[in-house]
Amino acid sequence: MAHCVPLAARPRRLRSATTEPRVVKGVLIALCLAVLSVLLFAPLIAVFDEALRRGWAFALASLGEPDAQAAIRLTLSVAALVVPLNAAFGIAAAWAITKFDWRGKAWVITLIDLPFSISPVVAGLLFVLMFGANSAFGAWLVASGFPIVFAVPGIVLATLFITFPFIARELIPVMLEQGRAEEEAALTLGASGSRVFLTVTLPNIRWALLYGVLLCNARAMGEFGAVAVVSGKIRGQTTTMPLMIEMFYNEYLSVAAFTMASVLALLAFVTLVLKSALEWRHADQLAATHRH
Amino acid sequence: MNIEIEEICKDFGTTAALQPVSLSIPAGSLVALLGPSGSGKTTLLRILGGLEFPSAGRVLFDGADATGLTVQERRAGFVFQSYALFRHMSVFDNIAYGLRARPRKTRPAAAEIARRVTRLLDLIKLPDIGGRYPSQLSGGQRQRVALARALAIEPRMLLLDEPFGALDAKVRKELRQGLRDIHDTTGLTTIFVTHDQDEAMELADLIVVMSMGRIEQIGRPAEIRARPASDFVRQFLDL
Repeated sequence: MAHCVPLAARPRRLRSATTEPRVVKGVLIALCLAVLSVLLFAPLIAVFDEALRRGWAFALASLGEPDAQAAIRLTLSVAALVVPLNAAFGIAAAWAITKFDWRGKAWVITLIDLPFSISPVVAGLLFVLMFGANSAFGAWLVASGFPIVFAVPGIVLATLFITFPFIARELIPVMLEQGRAEEEAALTLGASGSRVFLTVTLPNIRWALLYGVLLCNARAMGEFGAVAVVSGKIRGQTTTMPLMIEMFYNEYLSVAAFTMASVLALLAFVTLVLKSALEWRHADQLAATHRH
Repeated sequence: MNIEIEEICKDFGTTAALQPVSLSIPAGSLVALLGPSGSGKTTLLRILGGLEFPSAGRVLFDGADATGLTVQERRAGFVFQSYALFRHMSVFDNIAYGLRARPRKTRPAAAEIARRVTRLLDLIKLPDIGGRYPSQLSGGQRQRVALARALAIEPRMLLLDEPFGALDAKVRKELRQGLRDIHDTTGLTTIFVTHDQDEAMELADLIVVMSMGRIEQIGRPAEIRARPASDFVRQFLDL
């Protein structure tokens, strides 16, 4: 058409409205990588480097110590106990909040976030106050041979408390977005409540649940503050991996400390790889459930 | 199955969604609940399906009191406004869901389920989509799959909440005829909710005009057009 300016005469190359110029793109990516390297990669490499300063054999030998072995065992068993429990609590809480309307719901949502806003040390102290030998209940527990504070049950309780929001927080937005229609449809088709949960609700939230479980697991293994207060730090009995790392470090056993730290970092790394692998394997399914 | 609604009312907290309403629906009819949003038509439909319970009043199915029946016991084929297809299941599994959910004693064998699903896919004129997922279907196809899924349980009645609401005008016209055909072949008492007077006038045997939780008028399309019972009906139907 006559009044249309031909392409060649236009002053600049055309670019879609949401695309940045190449320079801006480059600078942003570089900045992002720089921050990541300084804050994440470099420290991680430093940890491994420090662990292997005196060779593999020395590092591995430090892990063979009975105290170190006990710490690894304790951390893994606490996580193995806490994660399923919090998965159950998280699903129950998210279900109650998103599928029903009741008085006090907003208050409960705030309560779920409490562990995020309270300092872990304070949380630990709360458990010491409630179950410690100075309280009547705590004294009775100690007398009947089932102490909670300065023993494994206290560590489990503190970890449960700290990691409670992870799964519920991950599930609530997903379940809110999905609404109740699919569950209602299943009910009208004659399915029982438990069948609806297993065949409709659970498959719909499985990815969010998986992310929540991974996050919860990472934090359960890594929690320091609250556990430090309730554990009493008895070597070989109530010392988890993060506590063990601090003890080694304070005793100038830096290879032992950093080797243990590497193991903890590797455990976290494994969960990340696991998550990526699952995402990659079920990419088409993920896309199908997200659209619609 | 004929449906008798006796003085049903429903409160949500302090707001009344339904004033006491009474309505008699003859077996095999195709009924439209017509009204603007907030008129209580969806609430009435959900009460019939057992998804809500009335604050007072009774519902009778074929003369027997059905007020206390659970949603599973009602055996109402329910088509939801946004279809509510199970997004993680194929079309085949969606339609088979209700049959598989039956207790072992009354559950058909896998081959029989497959046969019925195939027949339903033929009925909705989409014979080849069993393996697809809901996200791969168009709006009109989803609506028909939702209809097939509701029909699979051999329902005693068919309840549809704004079945054509989310579709464009052309598909809407086609599917109207589709619903009429399915109603005529199955002979099921069918109740659908709509805010579109053309849809109600064209499709329904009986129209129930609702406003503010009250029934304004019940009648055949021609009767309502000839003698609107109130100013509201006249205005809403543009008469």
